[in-house]
Amino acid sequence: MQRAYLDNSATTRPCEAAIAAMESCLRENWYNPSAVYKPSVEAFKALRDARGRLLEAVGGAGCDTVFTSGGTESNNLAILGAVGRMRGKQVLAVSAVEHPSVREAFNRLAEQGHDVRTIGVDAAGQLKWDELEAALADGASLVSCMQVNNETGAVLDAARLHDTVNGRALIHVDGVQGFLRVPFDMKLADLYTVSSHKLHGPKGVGALIFKKGVRLQPHHIGGGQESGLRSGTENTPGIAGMDAAIADMLAMGPDLPQKLMAKKLRLVAAVKAAVPDVIVNGPDPAEGAPHIVNLGFPGVRGEVMLHALEGEGIYVSTGSACSSKKLKVSGVLTAMGIRPREAEWAVRFSLSPHTTDEEIEYAADRIGTLYDQLKRFQRR
Amino acid sequence: MRDVLLVRYGEVFLKGANRPHFLKVLTDNVKRVVKPLGGHVWLSDSRVYVSDFNDLQACIDCVTKVFGVYSVSPAVEMEKDVDVIAGQCIKMMAPYSGTFKVQGKRSDKKFPMNSMELAAELGHRILEANPNLKVDVHKPQHKLIVEIRDNAYICVQEIMAVGGMPMGTGGKAALLLSGGIDSPVAGYQLMKRGVRLCAIHFQSPPYTGELARDKVMQLAKKLAWYSGGMRVYLVPFTKCQLEIHEKCPDELGTLITRRFMMRIAQIIARQFGAQALITGESLGQVASQTMDALVCTDAVVDMPVFRPLIGLDKTEIMDIANKIDTYETSILPYEDCCTVFTPRHPVTKPKLDTMPKAEEKLDVEALVNEAVEGTEMMILDA
Repeated sequence: MQRAYLDNSATTRPCEAAIAAMESCLRENWYNPSAVYKPSVEAFKALRDARGRLLEAVGGAGCDTVFTSGGTESNNLAILGAVGRMRGKQVLAVSAVEHPSVREAFNRLAEQGHDVRTIGVDAAGQLKWDELEAALADGASLVSCMQVNNETGAVLDAARLHDTVNGRALIHVDGVQGFLRVPFDMKLADLYTVSSHKLHGPKGVGALIFKKGVRLQPHHIGGGQESGLRSGTENTPGIAGMDAAIADMLAMGPDLPQKLMAKKLRLVAAVKAAVPDVIVNGPDPAEGAPHIVNLGFPGVRGEVMLHALEGEGIYVSTGSACSSKKLKVSGVLTAMGIRPREAEWAVRFSLSPHTTDEEIEYAADRIGTLYDQLKRFQRR
Repeated sequence: MRDVLLVRYGEVFLKGANRPHFLKVLTDNVKRVVKPLGGHVWLSDSRVYVSDFNDLQACIDCVTKVFGVYSVSPAVEMEKDVDVIAGQCIKMMAPYSGTFKVQGKRSDKKFPMNSMELAAELGHRILEANPNLKVDVHKPQHKLIVEIRDNAYICVQEIMAVGGMPMGTGGKAALLLSGGIDSPVAGYQLMKRGVRLCAIHFQSPPYTGELARDKVMQLAKKLAWYSGGMRVYLVPFTKCQLEIHEKCPDELGTLITRRFMMRIAQIIARQFGAQALITGESLGQVASQTMDALVCTDAVVDMPVFRPLIGLDKTEIMDIANKIDTYETSILPYEDCCTVFTPRHPVTKPKLDTMPKAEEKLDVEALVNEAVEGTEMMILDA
């Protein structure tokens, strides 16, 4: 059966370079980077070099980085760690469409008595700047917003965020879905979250990049690795895999976002040709992130379309989870003003540089056929 | 002297000429569950014994779940010498205080003392050794049982087991297993009466996904433990549901769907050699489980349909589900049939004579046969 993997925002297939780097690290350079004999020093240097390359990828001169177990840990560390070093109750600002690893961290801070302000978004997923300004005027000390929304592909205007905050608060940007696919510069933020497995690297590894001078309270304490910010022997094979995956992405050239965008627009056009009724949730495809688009198929629940596509070897994701007793729809979509009924139809497609034209054509073709079959059966 | 587990059986005792057969099945079932623990099992003199297990608690946990077992007691086996027996009795009663009695059971009539004499003698010696104990033959806090059979057996603790009838002695039936809370409990109740089951599950891709299917397999696996394995039939049901949705009155949709499930299940049940169907229906729980609805459902099959939960409340069913450890799996949020097909206003008092008309646009036989032919069978290990 022909296949199409269009769920690259869930995870990506590890690239050959990452697998090779991990294997080499497991077989040869497996020493503890904290020990002092030569092979260990080699392991330490490999770690240091990987750190340097990671910082370089986001213009991070004057920045530091801590390797973590992935996006969730990086987000937790950025938010809980930064507020943990602040004195007294804080005013904090977070967008309404964040990943649970950000949202739940702020929920915990709210339980601890901090004043957490949720900043709404408009239909295109952009921050409501006046709400942010109000929070800042009240003394907000940390603002967190994702670079690329995982469900809709809405892209943060990071420059405007930076200008609006204007040094009044720390800025945390969750770059899990954006890193290397939407250009980013550490001049625009104080803390930036990166995950490896969304970039064809291995799972279980990521990083938090932060400006020097940002004080963080560690969550993992112990042997003092990662400058005391993340104790525990470093995941050297994971970091080697992530390093290789990043190098692989960078080698695709500076026009990678444009190439991705071309693929995405091809997919959207092909689906529109097959299903003229299709609706776009979130930003205009040409405006959003180059690799994520959220489409609604009127009258067909996203979950049903997902399973139907699964039957054809096409893997996608929905914004909504179904239960026959109560229909839960995506909080992100409803926060953007999409009505619950339409949010039920949502299907997220996410691409990678390795997505082929054949996959796109095949998926669009099958979607057309399946939509014609499925739309006949709607709940009365 | 060695540790054994003494296994008592319940209702099997009432069987007449068939008792040896029931006991053989019961013993085999105990053998099966203690095999992973290395236990040796034998039947002797109206008791089942387990010895040579490597973990007593694990052995108790699994033997008390074997259908047909009434209770178990961790016991010590030894030679039939009064002094040896008394020594062990004193040792076993040493941790206790309060009232006790010794219950003697002598089935070996060559033993020099009768049951009463033995009990009196042992009671006397225990009292001498442990001043914290007093005898109370009517309502003792502790009961020391001494049985004189091929060997002597002493035990203090009696742990109640599940009861029921040995698995496999009650015939075969087919369980309609949905993935909800009720159907695994219904299956369990009949298994407890010795019935060997197969499970039939209806799946409707793309309206249901791989997770829903996995959930059903997890539930079937829990039941399979009791019978040492189970067959699960997975019926492709989408086409039936789509046709019903398109061609039948909306308010009768669920009921007609149930009728199709029963028709299909009956054919599969016969292939399995089953004589009855089992469902998890409870009277009045939902529209398709009113008495009028059940009349309409039963009308399409001629096999008996067992509904062991018919008189139970949801909370009672949930209690059993918790006890047999299916509840947590059942409440996972992957539904088995999709809301697309659930009528907003189902009929609660359907009339049987309106059914043929409601189904007249369907080629019932063709749909049923197609579903049966497309059925996939999986064999689950215990």
